[in-house]
Amino acid sequence: MQASKERSSLLRKPGFQTLLASLVCIILGVLVGYIALLIINPAGATEAIMDVLKNFWAYSKPEKQLKNFGVTLVTTAPLLMCSLSVLFAYKVGLFNIGAAGQYVAGAGASIFCALALHMPWYLCLIAAVLAGALLGAISGILKAYRNVNEVISCIMLNWISLYLVNTLLAPVKNPTGKDTFTITSQSAQSLLPTLGLNNVFNQKNVTLAIPLAILMCVLIWVLLNKTQLGYELRATGLNKNAAKYSGMRDRFNIILTMAIAGGLAGMGAAMLYLSDFEQWAVTQASVPAMGFNGIAAAFLGGLNPIGAIFSSYFIQHITRGGANVNMNMYCAQISDLISSVIIYMCSFVLFMKQFMNRRLDAKDNKKGGRNA
Amino acid sequence: MILLLQYTLIFTSVLMLVALGGCFSEHSGVINIGLEGIMVFGALGGALVMKYLPASTAPALVFIIVTLAAMLTGVLYSLLLAVAAINFKADQTLVGTAMNLLGTAAATVIVKAINTAADSSNVSSEIMYVEAKKAFVISPGTEFSWFMVLAVVLLIASYVILYKTKFGLRLMACGEHPQAADSVGINVLKMRYAGVMISGLLGGLGGLVYITAGVSAWKFENGVAGFGFLALAVMIFGAWKPQRIALAALLFGLFRSLSNVYTGFQFLKNLNLPSTVYNMLPYIISLVVLALFSKNSAAPKAEGIPYDKGMR
Repeated sequence: MQASKERSSLLRKPGFQTLLASLVCIILGVLVGYIALLIINPAGATEAIMDVLKNFWAYSKPEKQLKNFGVTLVTTAPLLMCSLSVLFAYKVGLFNIGAAGQYVAGAGASIFCALALHMPWYLCLIAAVLAGALLGAISGILKAYRNVNEVISCIMLNWISLYLVNTLLAPVKNPTGKDTFTITSQSAQSLLPTLGLNNVFNQKNVTLAIPLAILMCVLIWVLLNKTQLGYELRATGLNKNAAKYSGMRDRFNIILTMAIAGGLAGMGAAMLYLSDFEQWAVTQASVPAMGFNGIAAAFLGGLNPIGAIFSSYFIQHITRGGANVNMNMYCAQISDLISSVIIYMCSFVLFMKQFMNRRLDAKDNKKGGRNA
Repeated sequence: MILLLQYTLIFTSVLMLVALGGCFSEHSGVINIGLEGIMVFGALGGALVMKYLPASTAPALVFIIVTLAAMLTGVLYSLLLAVAAINFKADQTLVGTAMNLLGTAAATVIVKAINTAADSSNVSSEIMYVEAKKAFVISPGTEFSWFMVLAVVLLIASYVILYKTKFGLRLMACGEHPQAADSVGINVLKMRYAGVMISGLLGGLGGLVYITAGVSAWKFENGVAGFGFLALAVMIFGAWKPQRIALAALLFGLFRSLSNVYTGFQFLKNLNLPSTVYNMLPYIISLVVLALFSKNSAAPKAEGIPYDKGMR
């Protein structure tokens, strides 16, 4: 009797419900991916889905495992920053679909400062944060003073920043391709310090970015939950009018929130590009998916900064794993399919929680009736 | 000059169709950020039918079958939004974002699977439709296509349906004040389903028109390169009204084609602006217009809010 009561109270905990709902989303996403693989070619489907889920464990040599784990971490850091950006704004009642554009702005600023101005890495990083914050602040100002829906202004700004950055980076393009120069070849002082992590993983792109991203998660958690500003911001998100009535600066809070969210996404871009993991293609015609995947990671992580660490890692883990599938039968985009199904399922989380609570209520009622 | 006219008209048709789709969805009360994904699926449906239609099919029949296929796949894909947003009261922005990512991912997986199954060394996501595409062109050698005519017909139809029929007025009531609409016996859920499905139909068709504009093969990895979002801008710039959407689409279509062909004009070439400027302009204009006029926005009042009978 006592045990069952404890179990039901655990089931009622919001945190536990979020975890359960996220797991349901993941399982359904993987299931859809598996079904797709079965339809394409049943012969290798089980092996392929295991390749996706195992990622670096699929390699037999420990050093190769470690190297691929490192690569996964390199791409996790920027995704984590984008998801932090999204969840931070969401806590204040704003849907930051502009993380994608703020990420682009950060990429443009950091690469330009590195390749054209040869600045040291910390200045490049700060430039990226400022560029992202500026873009975020524009959406915030439009929302606060002109009542422009932040989703709409963010979508416009995503594309404006993409074309701006393409123009800005055209002069530092490597003439032999469509990408910018590598930072290693042009301005080594702009590379993020590796802190020896590159030797641990035997992968030169593993840098300060990873511990820094985790540190930012902790800082955002503290800011949201343990400070007066965080309390004000959350109050503004819950009820703008009530917050204004109790003397909080609602307009200022909206602008500040979007600026911080933008800065986080911008920093994420710097983490990837200042590691020299990839270069910017100045002819690209679509906004990089990192910011949109940040939305996925934020919701999958239950809109919690610590949860975001796990969800961001998971998404990059399966994305990286997708590259391992047998290319004669399947394609790497199977991972994109799985992660997009997962986001789609995330939109049902609210319903799942309500459903769970209703079931628990019904059970308790029944029990109460019998006892009486 | 004639090249500019061709591109402008074809891009205008695409933007107008998709923006009209968005207009129906939003007037019923559902924000449709997922237009981009719907376009990809419509394009996929049309492209697959073009690939498998026997070469001997009469051109008129090709046109009808391919158009219907694109519309149908668009409608089916839009049901993902309808179910989540209407039945499960999900966050519409989140669902739309998921649909955009899913559209490109799923289309790439499907096309690559088909290509790889035919030839295991072929890992591209491209579908070719050189022959079938000829059925859409009015006079050979140009890009003037029957889709432009169809787009104008659908524009007029949209106007009439929205403002002159019982269905259209009821649909708009559901986006303005669903509780009031419900109280006079309108089934809000059904109306919202209708709105979203019409947006799927027009969005899917728009996707097909886009991938047949000036090219006869499409790489599905590229999705539709932001045209769904541009159409969203057209819809807002057009103040959610069909006649103004048509004008907005014309303006945005002109800028979009200028970015492709501006080097053909001496005075524009002399300005020496990079082509990105022409790509950027439509978004900047919409943002400025939003900033100036959003205080008394023409957006449907209840859009984005899941319908709850208990609310007043």
